[in-house]
Amino acid sequence: MFLIDCPYCGPRQQTEFHCHGEAHIARPKDPDAISDVEWADYLFNRSNTKGVFYERWVHNHGCRRWFNLARDTVSDRILAVYRMGEKPPRVKK
Amino acid sequence: MAKYSVFSLVRNALSYHENWQRAWRSPDPKPEYDILVIGGGGHGLATAHYLAKEHGINNVAVIEKGWLGGGNTARNTTIVRSNYLWDESAAIYEHSLKLWEGLSQDLNFNVMFSQRGVMNLAHNLHDWRELNRRVHAIRLNGVDSEILSAAQVKAEAPILNVSPDSRYPIIGASMQRRGGTARHDAVAWGYARAADQRGVDIIQNCEVTGFVINNGRVEGVETTRGPIKAKRVGVAVAGHSSVLADMAGFRMPVESNPLQALVSDPIKPVLDCVVMSSAVHVYISQSDRGEFVIGAGSDLHVSYSQRGSFEIIEGIMGALCELVPMVSRMKMMRQWGGVVDVTPDRSPIVGKTPVEGLFINCGWGTGGFKGTPGSGHAFAATLAAGEPNDMAGPFSLDRFRTGFLIDEAGAAAVAH
Ligand SMILES: Cc1cc2nc3c(=O)[nH]c(=O)nc-3n(C[C@H](O)[C@H](O)[C@H](O)COP(=O)(O)OP(=O)(O)OC[C@H]3O[C@@H](n4cnc5c(N)ncnc54)[C@H](O)[C@@H]3O)c2cc1C
Ligand SMILES: [Zn+2]
Repeated sequence: MFLIDCPYCGPRQQTEFHCHGEAHIARPKDPDAISDVEWADYLFNRSNTKGVFYERWVHNHGCRRWFNLARDTVSDRILAVYRMGEKPPRVKK
Repeated sequence: MAKYSVFSLVRNALSYHENWQRAWRSPDPKPEYDILVIGGGGHGLATAHYLAKEHGINNVAVIEKGWLGGGNTARNTTIVRSNYLWDESAAIYEHSLKLWEGLSQDLNFNVMFSQRGVMNLAHNLHDWRELNRRVHAIRLNGVDSEILSAAQVKAEAPILNVSPDSRYPIIGASMQRRGGTARHDAVAWGYARAADQRGVDIIQNCEVTGFVINNGRVEGVETTRGPIKAKRVGVAVAGHSSVLADMAGFRMPVESNPLQALVSDPIKPVLDCVVMSSAVHVYISQSDRGEFVIGAGSDLHVSYSQRGSFEIIEGIMGALCELVPMVSRMKMMRQWGGVVDVTPDRSPIVGKTPVEGLFINCGWGTGGFKGTPGSGHAFAATLAAGEPNDMAGPFSLDRFRTGFLIDEAGAAAVAH
């Protein structure tokens, strides 16, 4: 179980949150202008990183706000918490 | 290599079982092979077996970074069934089930395949309607499947709580009688031994760390035991598929999630079929040793830690105490997790990659143990020909571009 430090509420247990996968995937500005390969890449392909991974969480049973985590997917250690719109921090394992 | 039989058992008993041969060799890697299979889980080993047996290609090596059966092969709850909704899935899983039915004989290794029946419970009207639709669709595909009433469910599995005021009332169930369980390690060992017997090199403690790719064509791999050349390479590394794809320079529609299971202390036989409930994410069967083998749902976050959240265990045990009340007085002995490779449509990927000569077999996710023989069979045919066979065809990586998804996610909502 993770202890997640919500940027708005402070540390709460994982059951209050929901993970929404990889962060910083930008929706193509003009979907009609791109190829099927590019669209499929946006829609389905994921980095699925073994190591430092940036992901979105929402504090469902709390403030209901979204934010990002940097987490090491090998140790499951949470390395940084940052708000939506902020640049992903550089972190070390 | 000696054939296992009742006679070899007696012969070896006379020498106090001290002279059994090793089941497979432990060779050093050769500099070059016709085909390399990366990943010594069930799928990789089955691929090697069928390459040698069905296609006469035995200049093959299986490269495993750890030991055989250290991955999901020997971490799963061993449920085998073929009652999938879509035609493409029905074809490959039913093919697999047919191979299971003759597997112990084929491998000369007892994989303890037990067709004790797999029951899927319906807890509400929606479940019930969906289940009925599925049973009919499955039967139209020539796969056995039947509907059980609540009373029939109770007769099949008396330990279930079918009381109408239960938190998860049981309205009925579907039953695939040809489904069941098998011994997971035996599947890895049996395939390894049979492949080795036909000349396949099984190389353990050898991690693939990179690919040698020239002009878009794979020429071999880098490993912790040196470079190995190959004409064709097949990747069957389950939860590590994205890691290997990254080494080869392409991206995958796969996420690696933790999936957990646990076993209880052993008790007398009380359950002689598999019971699954997708609504509450509980899967339970009783092993030959008497332990309940219990599977849970997966976590939603990416993790390679082989550990899931406690909340999942808590959730599943709460549901189980309601479904099978006797469990509340039992102890759970062991709990563990694996890394499962989940695709957006919950169907596997078997076929070509953007790199010429490099093929991939993954995405079996939470339910690939049952697929082991069928997957190995189809992947061997694909590697032998350099083109996907009919069974593998629909499961191409390219389907995410064309949109021809095989949406078992929406159809089944069943994890295993
Ligand atoms: C808890 C749990 C319960 C499950 N229950 C069921 C069930 O009831 N029924 C069912 O059908 N399925 C079930 N599954 C799913 C099933 O276990 C998997 O889909 C299937 O085992 C995956 O294929 P595999 O056996 O080849 O994988 P694995 O056994 O994981 O094999 C992959 C191998 O690749 C190796 N590898 C990785 N990276 C490298 C590298 N760089 N170099 C060399 N080797 C590498 C790994 O060490 C590993 O041995 C379950 C899974 C889990 C975790
Ligand atoms: Zn919050």
